[in-house]
Amino acid sequence: MVQTSRPKRRFRRPSVIPGFGLTFGYTLTCLSLVVLLPLAALVAKASGIGLTGIVETATDPRVASALRISFGVSLVAALTASVFGFLVAWVLTRYRFPGRKLVDAVVDLPFALPTAVAGIALASLYAPNGLVGAQLARLGIQAAYTPVGIFIAMVFIGLPFAVRTVQPLIAEIDKEVEEASATLGATRLTTLTKVVLPPLIPAVLTGFAMAFARGVGEYGSIIFIAGNLPYVSEIAPLLIVIKLSEFDYGGASAIATIMLGISFLTLLTINLIQAWSRRRFGYV
Amino acid sequence: MSEALTATTFAADKAAEPPASSVSEPAAVRWLLTGIAIAFLALFLVLPLVTIFVQAFAKGWQTYLATFDEPDAWSAIRLTLTVAAIAVPFNLVFGIMAAWSIAKFEFWGKSLLVTLIDLPFSVSPVVSGLIYVLLFSSQGVFGTFFPEHGMQVLFALPGIVLATIFVTFPFVARELIPLMQEQGTTEEEAALTLGATGLHAFLTVTLPNIRWGLLYSVLLCNARAMGEFGAVSVVSGHIRGLTNTVPLHVEILYNEYNFVAAFAVASLLAGLALVTLVIKSALEWRYSGELAAGTRH
Repeated sequence: MVQTSRPKRRFRRPSVIPGFGLTFGYTLTCLSLVVLLPLAALVAKASGIGLTGIVETATDPRVASALRISFGVSLVAALTASVFGFLVAWVLTRYRFPGRKLVDAVVDLPFALPTAVAGIALASLYAPNGLVGAQLARLGIQAAYTPVGIFIAMVFIGLPFAVRTVQPLIAEIDKEVEEASATLGATRLTTLTKVVLPPLIPAVLTGFAMAFARGVGEYGSIIFIAGNLPYVSEIAPLLIVIKLSEFDYGGASAIATIMLGISFLTLLTINLIQAWSRRRFGYV
Repeated sequence: MSEALTATTFAADKAAEPPASSVSEPAAVRWLLTGIAIAFLALFLVLPLVTIFVQAFAKGWQTYLATFDEPDAWSAIRLTLTVAAIAVPFNLVFGIMAAWSIAKFEFWGKSLLVTLIDLPFSVSPVVSGLIYVLLFSSQGVFGTFFPEHGMQVLFALPGIVLATIFVTFPFVARELIPLMQEQGTTEEEAALTLGATGLHAFLTVTLPNIRWGLLYSVLLCNARAMGEFGAVSVVSGHIRGLTNTVPLHVEILYNEYNFVAAFAVASLLAGLALVTLVIKSALEWRYSGELAAGTRH
């Protein structure tokens, strides 16, 4: 796979394997029709509204509050998911205990469980008369129909991202490095914070960014538990649905554009983290 | 093993060797951390799952089964199966085509292509629905074309299928691309040298190599296709008995305070999720070498 140093004149390197034209053409056609064309429709709609229109929508008090709730709560939820995700990943790869494989499989539950199903389950658990909600109410915390409920749903859907991005890297850590550190007199805590943790930071950040992006866009698992009170527990994706049901396609597109813009920034950040990680540590 | 060793070594050697607590945490800390992790997972993941089944059977088997006597429930199940039966094969074929062109050839702009295929993963489900509404609504680009030709796209089956294809678009390609890149092209080149046609080489050499990865990704693609809520909710129009998929039917029942019925229908999807997880885990344990490493799902 050595790249030639002279300037490339060809689009594709010659190969004896057949079928490039067919498969590449098919791929591009599908991609254009399914992904690019519909997204272009959004871009077209957004440019029709113009930057002033988008800013106007974003500064509308109800929209601004929904965006603040979506991004703010998602930030806190992604942080929580990252901390506990790291702990879960560490326990699963480093410790041996009965039922470990079962616990490992359970982590993927939010990937497999449809969001609406998770949503009604969380809502009934955390409702004031629900199993967990009643206990929280005694502590004076109301989870359902407040941002706390949104937080819980976002932690639920973000957790697998946080676990699965760090887990393979913890498994790859060379134990000899830890032994060397210990032999040189470091305490376990020093070894963990100075030797083990630093190379894992990019993966933790990637998991955090993925959980964050997922939380911002999430709809199904949140709307049931959130109660959807404007200015209190109304999330941005729900506001898009509301605008659509009012046939306000311009308003819906403006909110969608803002959300997409921030998603792209998150995606870009993930790529930058990975590029930095590759330079710094030699792997993603 | 290290405990057994240190127990038998001399005191003098012991001083030279790092104590066991330096290469792992003390036992008490290990148990504490394991306990916290399991308690967290039990509270956040397992409890909601258990709740679904507890609520579904809260009024006994009779009431549970009565939920499925309703024609609306059956039409929702039929619609969901139909949508998955179209969307999953579409993405299967796309995934194989994309993986073949990306993994077996070197060309300019490859990483951009992979990023674009991945794009639907980072788009909010609601936005995924919205873009199709913009395209096919009466003010949209295709707003008049399809209705004029006697085809309703929005608030009908085609719209639901399109939105489902969009949200599940990367699943198969995402798994197959790294898997086929890892496997390289030497086996196919050998087959071609020995006189096989391209298609023959694919069917007899490539396909057996990727079969477990293929099954794995189709499984996850199907789970998402049958369970998608946000995107489908936006394009479906919620016409009872006509354009309601199973997740949308769950929402309607729940909003009508018909909780037992909502959880009964939800238990079907939860059952599907459990079956998916079991097969997925079985594939990971048995064929981990034949699956793409480090995939997200």
